[in-house]
Amino acid sequence: MNEQLAFTIEVFANGLMAGVLYALVALGFVLIYKASGIFNYAQGVMALFAAMTLVGIQNGQVPFAHLINAIFGTDVHKFGWHVHSFLAILLTVGVMILLAWAVQRFVFRHLVGQEPIILFMATIGLAYFLEGVADLMWGSELKALDVCAAEGACLPQGMNMWLEGTTYEAFGYGFFIDNLDIVASIIAALLVAGLVMFAQYTKQGRAMRAVADDHQAALSVGVSLNFIWILVWSLAGFVALVAGIMWGAKSGVQFSLSLIALKALPVLMLGGFTSIPGAIVGGLIIGVGEKLFEFLIGAPFLGGATENWFAYMLALLFLVFRPQGLFGEKIIERV
Amino acid sequence: MKDNAESYVTKDGRTIGPVVMEMKNITLRFGGVEAIKDISFDIREGEIRAIIGPNGAGKSSMLNVISGFYVPQDGEVWYKGARRPSMKPFEVAQQGIARTFQNIALFEGMTVLDNVMTGRLTHMKSGMLSQMMWRGAAEREEIENREIAEKIIDFLEIQAIRKTPVARLPYGLKKRVELARALAAEPSLLLLDEPMAGMNVEEKEDMSRFILDVNDEFGTTIALIEHDMGVVMDLSDRVVVMDYGKKIGDGTPHEVRNNQEVIDAYLGVAHD
Repeated sequence: MNEQLAFTIEVFANGLMAGVLYALVALGFVLIYKASGIFNYAQGVMALFAAMTLVGIQNGQVPFAHLINAIFGTDVHKFGWHVHSFLAILLTVGVMILLAWAVQRFVFRHLVGQEPIILFMATIGLAYFLEGVADLMWGSELKALDVCAAEGACLPQGMNMWLEGTTYEAFGYGFFIDNLDIVASIIAALLVAGLVMFAQYTKQGRAMRAVADDHQAALSVGVSLNFIWILVWSLAGFVALVAGIMWGAKSGVQFSLSLIALKALPVLMLGGFTSIPGAIVGGLIIGVGEKLFEFLIGAPFLGGATENWFAYMLALLFLVFRPQGLFGEKIIERV
Repeated sequence: MKDNAESYVTKDGRTIGPVVMEMKNITLRFGGVEAIKDISFDIREGEIRAIIGPNGAGKSSMLNVISGFYVPQDGEVWYKGARRPSMKPFEVAQQGIARTFQNIALFEGMTVLDNVMTGRLTHMKSGMLSQMMWRGAAEREEIENREIAEKIIDFLEIQAIRKTPVARLPYGLKKRVELARALAAEPSLLLLDEPMAGMNVEEKEDMSRFILDVNDEFGTTIALIEHDMGVVMDLSDRVVVMDYGKKIGDGTPHEVRNNQEVIDAYLGVAHD
């Protein structure tokens, strides 16, 4: 029985870690949805794009190498240098900001005032476009992402060893918890705290909340919608980068990374599309829920593999009984 | 007619300054409909200028032209002695023109205080990073802005609801919060789109008093749209009368009231 309890605790902890990642992806959705009413289907692809860009820059890959070689008949693939992880992350953030600007300038500026479904369709187009660009830019093979181990320059060797460690001894049991997951959780928590501080205490944060609440009123107090939209897309790009790094560090950077967007959907239904705390809590509930359900009910009684559908079933229940989610704004139409 | 740059003193002793905003031959079309037809008028510093007219006369359109929400097809807008190029609404707001809306546009999810603080956005300068660090200049700036916001909240007598989310307030108070937010910008021109629409007599009297007090206390130049002839006559220094997109009268309340065209527009003309 005690063995069972220890196992349950371990599963619970692992669920929390998985939940953090779901929450991060969901957070990207919430940021854009709140400020512009756009449901950004491309959020998952943005995580993929960010992770691929990071790896590409780190390894000194030449962007669009295949294209360049095909046109000019050259044979370039690598610059032959390695970029320090820290610098590579900064450069990637720059790329994501550029992407945010381009998305706003070339897509959504021309769609202001359109129906939500049209905006949504535009993001689907954007997702496929971005996936294609990522492929063309960095190639489609599976890449390993080692934020720190690339040259061993970013962290002391001892830290690297620790990051790869997994097992904890407590109460006479060995708990299997990835240290990488622990770091990821801490980073995610810091990120969320930072975002909340930003929204609450800065001029731009206040302007962002204003735009999220009422466009017309925001204009009348001197807020540029365009600027704020670029800002939230940049923030969403940054969140996508963090999510991409974490998933990439766990299971390599590959195109299936973009599918994490689908995992974020039930999280959003649970937490509400407009609530930052909702995205966090929703992510944790689904992460823990699916792991515990699999462990306690799924594997012993249902033949396993419940993780694939548990989140969606939970979301469905929420849609029936509390469609606005845990923290979403209740929709009241006065007649 | 007084010269544009000249100041004069009204009967009740207030000084009305030179022209701050001048509309020259404004024409605004929506497709084939002319909402505003070749209208010119000016607004002087420190005065309360009313735009009145029956439903669909183009009053709100005119206010939207001033605040940059609509771009007129013809005509020029002169602000503080210079021709204003075509501007986005947020740029107009940054130039010191604040406004309220006919159908109230508040940040419903925020508290009253937060709403009023958004009115200070155009005055906040500290960069993103220094604000995140929450030190020195940024903190001082936040405190200064907060003081101004609180002063305005006191002035409009909404202290009791400072921390209440706006969504929970009744209509009349929302109107007052919207006025507070516009005032927080310390505008050089304040535009009020039907500040008394949908109010009962008592609320209208309150609002009139606030408008007069604001003008008196802060010397704010106010242009307002109003339906209620009686209110307008008591409130304003000069009145523009519009009907079917045309200007049919312009002058002091007394002049306008005795203008036959205005009387016809409001009371109707017998067709025989």
